[in-house]
Amino acid sequence: MTAMDRAAGPRRPGYNYAFLDEATKREIRRKLLKAVAIPGHQVPFSSREMPMPPGWGTGGIQVTASLIGPSDVLKVIDQGSDDTTNAVSIRRFFAETAGVETTSSTRRASIIQTRHRVPETPLSEGQILVFQVPLPEPLRFLEPRESETRKLHALAEYGSAYVSLYEQVARHGRIAQSYDYPVMVGARYLMRPSPIPSFDNPKLDRSPALLLFGAGRERRLYAVPPYTSVESLSFEDRPFRIELPPRRCDLCGATDSFLDEIVADDAGTRIFACSDSEYCGERQRAQGLSVVAP
Amino acid sequence: MTLPATSLPTALAPEQPLLQVRGLTKDYGAGRGCRDISFTLWPGEILGIVGESGAGKSTLLDCLGGFAVPDAGRADYASRLFGPVEIFGLSEARRRRLARSEWGFVHQDARRGLRMSVSAGGNVGERLMAEGERHYGSLRARATDWLQRLELDADRIDDPPSQFSGGMRQRLQIARNLVTEPRLLLMDEPTGGLDLSVQARLLDLLRGLVRGLDLSAVLVTHDLGVVRLLCDRVLVMEGGRIVEEGLTDQVLEDPQHPHSQRLVASILPV
Ligand SMILES: Nc1ncnc2c1ncn2[C@@H]1O[C@H](COP(=O)(O)OP(=O)(O)OP(=O)(O)O)[C@@H](O)[C@H]1O
Ligand SMILES: [Mg+2]
Repeated sequence: MTAMDRAAGPRRPGYNYAFLDEATKREIRRKLLKAVAIPGHQVPFSSREMPMPPGWGTGGIQVTASLIGPSDVLKVIDQGSDDTTNAVSIRRFFAETAGVETTSSTRRASIIQTRHRVPETPLSEGQILVFQVPLPEPLRFLEPRESETRKLHALAEYGSAYVSLYEQVARHGRIAQSYDYPVMVGARYLMRPSPIPSFDNPKLDRSPALLLFGAGRERRLYAVPPYTSVESLSFEDRPFRIELPPRRCDLCGATDSFLDEIVADDAGTRIFACSDSEYCGERQRAQGLSVVAP
Repeated sequence: MTLPATSLPTALAPEQPLLQVRGLTKDYGAGRGCRDISFTLWPGEILGIVGESGAGKSTLLDCLGGFAVPDAGRADYASRLFGPVEIFGLSEARRRRLARSEWGFVHQDARRGLRMSVSAGGNVGERLMAEGERHYGSLRARATDWLQRLELDADRIDDPPSQFSGGMRQRLQIARNLVTEPRLLLMDEPTGGLDLSVQARLLDLLRGLVRGLDLSAVLVTHDLGVVRLLCDRVLVMEGGRIVEEGLTDQVLEDPQHPHSQRLVASILPV
């Protein structure tokens, strides 16, 4: 049991269940069904004001609010951590407005809301991963007009997406993009996976979990249903590759997880540690170490 | 002895027009635009369209290039991909497909036809990528080849056109269009705004390319010198209509319509 784990409890009075009114939640669920039916396609929705600033992932929060029910177990992570201010306040928001059980355990959670990471622990069927998305449009780099990007998606004209990859190889000798790396969903729609590291892209491919994406400010929802192909864009002679320095986590020794460089103590010592705090803690516990939070 | 028609060698087969425009009208009101334009473009031919400012030349070309929607008329085109098609009735998907593979459009203002912040190589490679080329090495090789064919220094392949001179931008725009080896090139004042010496070199280049590539072109200009150098035939427009049509030499030596006569007299030294 950690501070993130809290049993289901009473709701704070004066709010509708999960804050949004039932009509709004139904409307979001309807849009989500459409998104699931057209994997990777952006569906406009009428994003609501939420009691937190837009930069805080209001798109993801609205998705979670529309789906959550009393039997759900919620996990919230921000850059892999259950413990940041953002994650803590979103988790508290749902504990108070929906009375749900919350957890840090990836395995136990039925809904995981995330900003900028996919958990290291593999997801399973029945789980829902909700991404907070700042910028949903993958073609914006070369095409500022919304009417035009909509047309390009409709006609599956994705040449310009390759232009931006070409530019990276021409300039840096390789595809330099290390996060928010564009993917083709179901061999049809080009999609931004939100600013997750490209290290996480392979986890999206044929994931048994349902992946939902919510962009609050830009008013867009999109989805990747379970077991859908998610392919990172690349050239035949410049394949998609994850390049990580050959390092291990200084706390749990993991060699297969995404690491952050962090300041470990007051003396300013820098260490590398798993960005996924729960994964790291589990591994430390399994080795009989006294758990240090990254 | 008679041969069945199907076994005629192509060279002997009756030639089909590449593009046949009939009654094309775009009415901007107050008599502006272009009206009842009809002409035929044959394979390998360069057709000039001349006329004073406001005659409707760009309007006509924009309709053909898909940048404006005509009010009336049709344009039948012999497509490599789709066979005979009427271009104004095409689905958007097909029209765009043709526009990036079989057609080229060279704008007077190169900034309209280029991505100014993307490298020269990326500009040239874009149509190939849109057509499904996914091999970086071959994109690179073909971009290099086309830069050189347009006499652009291959060392500039990674520079954006914002760092290019006007003449270089225009050549880059042409390379970007020709890389998919289109059959039909539409050009609106491709040498406008360039120094005379730069113009002359570009015209020379264009002439060589068109002849070497089995390309047909419609070239809009107000410069009869350009027409004399490049065009097989010429249409003279005034007030949105065609007032004269003929072989270039014929129209330049012996213009029939008073407007053509004025145009020739004003530009060509007697
Ligand atoms: N989008 C538009 N809306 C309204 N009027 C237009 C539009 N485009 C062109 N026109 C008018 O149609 C007429 C023909 O214009 P067009 O641009 O075709 O002439 P042009 O022959 O290309 O002239 P120039 O040699 O100056 O480029 C002009 O009177 C112009 O003002
Ligand atoms: Mg014009």
